[in-house]
Amino acid sequence: MKKISFHPCGNYRETYAEELAIFDTWFGRISLIVFLALLFVLAPFFLSPYLLYVLNNIGIMAIAAIGLNILIGYTGQISLGHGAFFGVGAYAGAILATRLNLPFFVCIPAAGLITAMVGMIFGIPSGRLKGLYLTIATLAGQFIIEYVLIQWESLTKGTMGITLPGPNLLGWNISGDKAFFFLIFICLVAMTWFAVNIMRSKYGRAFIAIRDNDRAAEGMGIPIFKYKLLSFAVSSFYAGFAGALWAYYMVSITTEPFNLGLSVEFIAMVIIGGMGNMPGAIFGATFITLLNELLRFATGAMMNVSWIAGMGLNMAPLREFVFGLAIVLFILIEPKGIAELWRIVRSSFRLWPFSY
Amino acid sequence: MADILLQLNNISVVYSDVIQVLKGVSLSVTRGHIVSLLGSNGAGKTTTLKAISGLLKPENGEVTDGNIIYAGVNIQNQAPEFITRKGIIQVLEGRQPFKYLTIEENLRVGTATRPGKPYKEDLEMVYRYFPALVKRRKALAGYCSGGELQMLVIGRALMAHPQLLMLDEPSLGLAPLVVQEIFHIIKKINEEHGTTIVLVEQNANMALQVAHYGYVMENGKIVMEGTSGELSDNPDVKEFYLGMAASGMAKSYKDVKSYRRRKRWL
Amino acid sequence: MDFFLQLLVNGVCVGLLYGISAMGFVMIFKASSVLNFAHGELLALGAFIFLSLVTWGKIPVVAAFLLTLAGCFLLGFVIERFFLRPLIGEKLIFVIMLTVGLAAMFKGLILLIWGGNLHTYPEFLPPSLEMQLGSIYIAPVYSATLVISIVFLILFGLFFKKSSQGIFMRSVADNQKAALSLGVHVRRVFALSWAIAAMVACMSGIVLGIINGVNVHDLSAIGLKVFPVVILGGLDSIGGAIIGGIIIGLLETFTGGYLSPSLRDVVPYIVLVVILMVKPYGLFGLVEIERV
Repeated sequence: MKKISFHPCGNYRETYAEELAIFDTWFGRISLIVFLALLFVLAPFFLSPYLLYVLNNIGIMAIAAIGLNILIGYTGQISLGHGAFFGVGAYAGAILATRLNLPFFVCIPAAGLITAMVGMIFGIPSGRLKGLYLTIATLAGQFIIEYVLIQWESLTKGTMGITLPGPNLLGWNISGDKAFFFLIFICLVAMTWFAVNIMRSKYGRAFIAIRDNDRAAEGMGIPIFKYKLLSFAVSSFYAGFAGALWAYYMVSITTEPFNLGLSVEFIAMVIIGGMGNMPGAIFGATFITLLNELLRFATGAMMNVSWIAGMGLNMAPLREFVFGLAIVLFILIEPKGIAELWRIVRSSFRLWPFSY
Repeated sequence: MADILLQLNNISVVYSDVIQVLKGVSLSVTRGHIVSLLGSNGAGKTTTLKAISGLLKPENGEVTDGNIIYAGVNIQNQAPEFITRKGIIQVLEGRQPFKYLTIEENLRVGTATRPGKPYKEDLEMVYRYFPALVKRRKALAGYCSGGELQMLVIGRALMAHPQLLMLDEPSLGLAPLVVQEIFHIIKKINEEHGTTIVLVEQNANMALQVAHYGYVMENGKIVMEGTSGELSDNPDVKEFYLGMAASGMAKSYKDVKSYRRRKRWL
Repeated sequence: MDFFLQLLVNGVCVGLLYGISAMGFVMIFKASSVLNFAHGELLALGAFIFLSLVTWGKIPVVAAFLLTLAGCFLLGFVIERFFLRPLIGEKLIFVIMLTVGLAAMFKGLILLIWGGNLHTYPEFLPPSLEMQLGSIYIAPVYSATLVISIVFLILFGLFFKKSSQGIFMRSVADNQKAALSLGVHVRRVFALSWAIAAMVACMSGIVLGIINGVNVHDLSAIGLKVFPVVILGGLDSIGGAIIGGIIIGLLETFTGGYLSPSLRDVVPYIVLVVILMVKPYGLFGLVEIERV
């Protein structure tokens, strides 16, 4: 297949293969490979353990955000239950690992599959509900799953939580941030690759058709209910996969983190990153996770400054305020998300110094 | 020349920054007259009305050139709230009632340009013009017939005490007898209140009967103007809009070839 | 039987309260199709402003109540003007996300100013409101709720049926273009709907505060309870909001009373999903006519 070295200035694609290509130019492909190589070689050895921990969190969140992006950005179904699906994955992974003593490389995909099943069950209302009504139905799903996780004590140990064994690959014990970095980022690359390729397939095109106009899609012969369910399944698979990874990484899990707040954070990642844009989901996950950490860091630092602490104010709520403010400002200023900013920056570099 | 209420000077209208619909339209409306705007579908009649009433903006349209002067004030690209308060009310095409409001509530929305003023007398006035509405006053507009709805939307506009009333195809989809009644009332409103009326119509015959003056539009331009008498005597208008051949007989398809040639303004 | 009746009465009272809180929500949705996730925080804000005025400002209760209502009315205006108006015409999900962000902002702000502790109002309801019907006891707060909700229902009914502004509001919700053509000030209607909604929200926040004490987390959780209420009633029906509220209130008190208290927060959602599967637009919602 022909590969060009520069971006064409118009649409000069002549074959379907060109239309489907992920990278327009060799440069794009090579720079991604270089970036990944640098990431894998440099990051684990030069970053402090704390930064590596943040990076790992970003990786896990990015996997889940990619899943939600498939549902919201590509299929157009707004789900408020992604955090709960993440939790289902974490618990599924933990239970498989502790009860059945399965190795982690079975547990994590299996957790993804179980979550996909659960996701399909809660996706059933999408057959009849649309728009906001569906959103609220998934909100109901969030609460129902949370309740089940807390109350089904014989399985989930309720609020006690579960402690997972360390993952073990052919006698090599994966533990510590560095080892997990490789595990998480290999998974992220694989999952991103998979997602990008789904979107190039018949299934991806069906999703996009449903997003743009589901009635018309139905008229074109796309069985929309089946594809909506499939979209729910794929998206929850990603959530479950990420959840199980997270469970292994955190070693012990409780039901607490998988609340509506997490679901909202996932949506924020997708929107701030850029809906219907794969790198966008990763940008969004990076942004939200970094923002969270930064605010935690900042409020911690402010508490140590004597005159602020002396005022007797509790600085923790400030974090929530700034988090909300960041989302609000982002939406007001650039609703298309970071992916759009990235595109603008890139193209202004590419065209420099002749920007017209 | 009698005093001019509304003057359009060479306006052009562009939708979404790319589609030019009006290409330099100029027309003037004399106070107290009925002016009709004729033309086939897509000629730009409705767009002209929307340019005047300020309703282009919600549809991403804009007056890019020329100006619209109403009673000595420039009003192009103003917000509809401003323009309606100056006394210009447009009755939208295709009868757009508030379906879930009753007839009387629909009429009350017409008082939006002068909130807080008494409206009882105006209601009486509208019911006098359209007696058919009286017995339906408590019914939801969604359940009324087309004729009743057309009367409703005209009545709703009258509630605003318009100086300039713009009617967009009031005869659309109505039975001939109802059309006649509606036009009769339009004429009456004009005579009794001195309301200036701009009338957009497909039904050229009816329109020219009530109007004082007329404009013919094609492809976003005004191609012909004249008093109603002049227009209805014009052989081209007769042929293309009134549906009569030059001799006064129904047109035969034998002459179909001459059809385009005779439209000499194109 | 008495237990049943007591639960019934409590359920209806709680439900009416939910219904009132939901009314503001429905108003915003009706006028501008915005799903307001910051509703719970508006409730909390109202409750806290009232708290400050009464306990720290030492302002008489009635004056404080009116002041709070006025303040929230203004707040609604400000929110619409600065946050919602720039987004008119954008995709729904952005607007939803924006209200989510607003919710986080308000919650942070409230926590910053008032902290996360439980506060209580001083007793000010006259004990004569206490009612004893046979064996059923109605606490003064509940009868006050009953009175307030009925008053507000009537006020709202009159407002939407009789007043010009109410009719303009309905006309905008019905057919925005036609409303524009008649000179209805659509932006003003949006702003007004936010203002009134904020006012109603803060009022229900105060009543909830009287019943359960004032706490940010509890009050903002009510904001989430509004969702099943309005969806059940149909997003665009104010009467539906009240009925939906009563249904949810009854479901909650009965599951709390007969099954288990831990279930009471989940059962409404389960019932909601079941009802939605049968009636996709809620019990009283307008069925949208869709054409390709």
